[in-house]
Parts: sequence; structure tokens; C-alpha cells
Amino acid sequence: MRYLLIEDNETLARAVVDRLVLDGHVVDHAEDLATAADYTATTDYDLILLDIMLPDGDGRTFLAQRRSAKSRTPVIVLTARSEVSDRVGLLDLGADDYMVKPIDFSELEARCRAVLRRRGGEARNVISFGDLEFDSLAGTLKIDGSETSLRTRELRLFEIFINAPNQLFSKSKLVDRLFSYDEEASENAIEVYVGRLRRRLEGSNVSITTVRGLGYKLEQR
Amino acid sequence: MSGPRTTGSIRQRLLVLLLLGAAVIAVLLYLVVQSVARQIAQESQDNILAASAISILDSTRVKGGELSIDLPYSALSMLGSVTDERAFYAIRLNDGFLSGYEDLPVSGDYGGAATAFRSATYLGEDIRIASTRRSFSTDEGQALLEISVAQTLAGMNRTLARITRISLLVGFGFFVLSALMALFIARSTIRPLHRLTESVSRRGPSDLRPVAAPVPSEMAPLVLSLNKLMARLQYSLTRSEDFIAEAAHRVRTPLAILRTQAEITLRRVEKPENRQAVREMIRAIDESSRTAGQLLDHAMVTFRTDSLSREDVALHALVQDTVDRLGPLSELKEVSIETARLDEAVVPGDAILLQNALHNLLDNAIKYASRNCRVTVSLARSPSQATITVSDTGPGFPDGGSVKLLDRFARGDNAGSVVGSGLGLTIVKEIVLAHGGEMELKNNEEGGACVVLSFPLA
Repeated sequence: MRYLLIEDNETLARAVVDRLVLDGHVVDHAEDLATAADYTATTDYDLILLDIMLPDGDGRTFLAQRRSAKSRTPVIVLTARSEVSDRVGLLDLGADDYMVKPIDFSELEARCRAVLRRRGGEARNVISFGDLEFDSLAGTLKIDGSETSLRTRELRLFEIFINAPNQLFSKSKLVDRLFSYDEEASENAIEVYVGRLRRRLEGSNVSITTVRGLGYKLEQR
Repeated sequence: MSGPRTTGSIRQRLLVLLLLGAAVIAVLLYLVVQSVARQIAQESQDNILAASAISILDSTRVKGGELSIDLPYSALSMLGSVTDERAFYAIRLNDGFLSGYEDLPVSGDYGGAATAFRSATYLGEDIRIASTRRSFSTDEGQALLEISVAQTLAGMNRTLARITRISLLVGFGFFVLSALMALFIARSTIRPLHRLTESVSRRGPSDLRPVAAPVPSEMAPLVLSLNKLMARLQYSLTRSEDFIAEAAHRVRTPLAILRTQAEITLRRVEKPENRQAVREMIRAIDESSRTAGQLLDHAMVTFRTDSLSREDVALHALVQDTVDRLGPLSELKEVSIETARLDEAVVPGDAILLQNALHNLLDNAIKYASRNCRVTVSLARSPSQATITVSDTGPGFPDGGSVKLLDRFARGDNAGSVVGSGLGLTIVKEIVLAHGGEMELKNNEEGGACVVLSFPLA
């Protein structure tokens, strides 16, 4: 997926980019509306993340312009304003969703996924590995052509693995990626989800292997 | 808020002054009527007495050099016949008694007039005496004949008493009438002031338009200053709204950066105790950010409920939107959120506030419900009210949903490690109350928390 992040705060932007890249996305960063306009003129993005208060204008103006130009790229607004009237106004202007800063990354991921799924269809994001075909938006996994569907955390856990096959993930890192910080999550929970994924992957030439004391990785047999 | 210091009421002052004036006039009126009536009564009695005396005098002839008095019957009958007054007379000649009642008191001072009047006491009764005299030429020379006619005053006193009573009544009636008029005057004088007060106090704090209704010229300076004051208030309110938005930005952006950095750090840190510390850092950041957000929300709610707008809000659409928006979040927590019954219901109110209330409620439900539980939202419409019910299959409220949870910063015992400020339900309650609705916390029979919000329709 190709994302455009429009955010003037460099530190925050870098962090968002880091995190999205980690999830396997390509992210361009524009610091102001002028740069953003240049980017959008030359590149088609799957999703735009838009800050409201920018050095050269209001993000809402940008949003309104794009909508009047019939651009269908979904937009998620990142706002520090917590006044609800702003939020309502945003949706009226054609934002697909909004998030109030500070951003919880797992929530941002979830919202991006939901928006992309709702926009549906054209933006396919199918990854193949071994005899697997995985559509992260639809949440469908095809093993040798036969389809099975994954739900919520299974889906997200599998996404982490398949975005970086053969890479080792420690349990604690998986906890960070899978659970938001206001949840009590133990590493045992990861074992439960890995167990479920393994059952889903039965019959495939791909499996999740345990590296004792270190963690898990997705491997082709 | 304590009332302003007052220096008495204008209306009361006006009323007291008017009543005092009316009382003085009423007393004067009484005295004048009384004295005029007395005088008239006295005069008419005197006239009758004088007429009677004169008629006796007129019937006196000098016959052959001798005085002959033929006491006319009518002269005395006119005195005694109408009332049961007793009448007396005395005829004196050259200061010597001639006929009648000898000891009837002598006449008063003529003082140049033809008739002299005096009041006296005779035989234990008050009497009025009229005397008149004339000189006759007789054989014995000039004779001064004086006729005195007297009448008791019982009837006269009765008349006077009646007059007193009537003039009292007149005075009192005048006073009552004046009092009523004073009341009316006081009220109609104060009315423009009342109208102004009402038109100002009926406004919400956000309605800061200048007073446009016409006022009496004496009040114009007051209204002018009031309008200026409101313009200043409007200005500072706008500024504080901007301030709230700005504060949100200023507080939360650094928090956002801090949180992101912490998350990135967490990825690099390997030691379990360090990881634990960073996780706790993130939780603390989340908590302050959430609290800041809710404090700002709370300020916004207080501000908006003070001047509640009453537009038609389609609750069903609002419920559906809010549920849809929370979908990704609930998915993240593995909580399923669904709408059961969704009647169409339109209530008058502030859409932004109502959405905020529902959002807070659902956010709470998702947050405190345990994994894999189900949150159900339903909207039922009865003839008189719309009821939103949010129930979950989680652990339920501690104490079966005590009212304490609705207090500011109160948190349930089961809040445990869940990040929250304790303002959520307070905000919901204030919004519901501002819309004239009710809020109930309870636990479902099969366990799980249930919050019922009911709003009156139209």
C-alpha cells in the first residue's frame, strides 16, 4: 500500500512513517500542503493521512479541494483538536475517518484497514508466499486456491508474519504489535494466537516455526 | 451566585410615595368634606331657626300703642314636626322676660347682624339658639323686642355623625382607588425594566446579541452599557473557545510525539524490566492525553449545555454512525459491537453533544468489556420518549451500577489497569440531563453492564 502522510511535525511524522513502513507500506511524507499537492499530482496513493493545522494552510481546505476534484483516495484526518464539532465537520467535508492525537498506532492501523476495506475492491493488496495468497484487506487467506477467512487478531498476527517472511519475531515484540497499551496482554496470549494460526495453516507448505527462547518465524517448508 | 447589593426597590419606593400621597389627600379630603358638610348642616339649621324667630317677630304688631304677639303655630311646628327635636322659645322685651321659657339662655353676640346664633346647654341637652330683635314704638316709648328660638341638637348630631361616616367612606374609597392606581402606575413604570431583565435572562450565555427591543429613553444608557458589556463578553468567549482548541493542540501534540518515541524505543529495548518501564510510560502518556481530551470535552459540554441548541436530531442515524465509527476500535479489542433494534426517533437537541455522549458510553463499554464480549446498542421509541440502551456481556458494574460512578473522576473498582480519566460517565450524565433526559446504570440479569439513556421526544 502506498500512503501519503501530510504532517508538519517532523518527529511525529518520522514515527508514523517508521511504524507504517514496519507494517510493509510505502510512505511519502509531505510537510505542507504545497508539497502534498506536488506529490498527489504525480502519484496515486491508496490512503492519505492528513494533519489539520499546517504551516501553509488548513488541512480541511486541502480535503475540500480534493473532494471537489472528485478524488476518491480515502483520507484519514489526524487532529489534535478534540472538539467534536471539528470531527463532525471533517466527516462532512469528506474525510473517511479521523483520529485525535496522540495516535495509538494499533488504532491507526485498524482505522486504515477499515477505511481501505470500506473503499473496497480496487485497492487489492495480495501477498503470495509459498502456496499462500493473502488479501489483508478482505482478510482472506487462500491455501492452494481454497479460501479460509481470518478474524481480527489472527489476521493482524498473520499480516505481521507474511509481511516479513523468514524474519524472527520475539513474543514481546508481537505483544507490542498486537495489543494496545491499555490492555493487559501476556506473552501467553501470543502462544494462543500462534496456535490458532497454525491450525489455519494445516495443509499448507508454509508454517510458523518456534525458535526456542527467541520467538517465531514464518517459513516455507 | 449571590445577588447584587440592593438599595431598596424602585417599585416599592414608588408605591410607598404614591400611597403616602394618597393617604394625605384622603385625610385632607375627609377633613374638608367633614367641615364643609358640617358648615352646611349648621347653616341650614340656623336658617330654619332664624326663619322661625323672624316669623314670630313678623307676626308682632303694634295695636293701639300696645305690642301684640300672635305666636304663629307654624313658627314652632317647623322646628319640631319633622324630627323629634324639642323646640323652645323665649320672648324678651327690653331685656325683661315676656313669654316662653324664661331660663332659656340669652342670645349671643349680634355683631352687627340681624340675627345672633349661639350654642348652649339647656335642660341637659345641647341646643342651638337663634335670636332676632326689633324695635317697636309703643305707648311706653321704644320697646326692643327680642325673640329667641332654640332647638335641641340630637337630630343635628345624628346628621353630623352620618356626614362623618360618609366623609370617612369617601376618604377611604379615595384612598383605595388611589392605592390601586398607584399599584398600576408602579407596575407599568417598572414593566420596561422587567421586560429588559427577562429578555436578558432568558438568553443562554452564547446568545450575546445586543438588546434590540425598544426601551424608554431613561433606560437607553443602561442598555447601551449592557450591549457594550456583551460585546466584550462575546469577544472573550470566542477567545476562550480558541484557547481551548489551541490548548488541546499544544498539550496533545507533544504527548503524541512522546508516545511515538516511547513506542519506537520499546521496539529497541530488550530487557524485560526496561520494556515494562517503557510500557508504563506509554500508559501514563495515554492516560494524561485522554484526561486532557476529556477535560476539554467536559469544558465544551459545559459550554454547549449552557446554551443548548434544540435542532431536530435523528437519533437512529446518530447511533448508527457512532457504532460504525467505533467498529475498527472494537475490532482491535476483539469486542463485537452491534445494533439490535433501531427505531426511528427524532429528538430536539444538540447533535454534537448527543454524539459525544453516545461515543463516550460506547468507548467505555469497549474499554471495560473483556475480550470476546459483545456490546449491543438499541434505540427504542415509545410515544413519549426515545430510549438508547447500551449493554455488554462483560463483568458489569461493581455494586450493580452505583450512582457514585457518575461523579467526576470516580472510577469503578474494576477499572484496574484500564486507562481512563473517570470523566466519561460524568460527561454523558451532564449531556443527558441537559436534554431533559434520564440516565440509569444497572447490571443485566445474565451479567454485564447496561446503561439506559432516555430522552423526551419533542
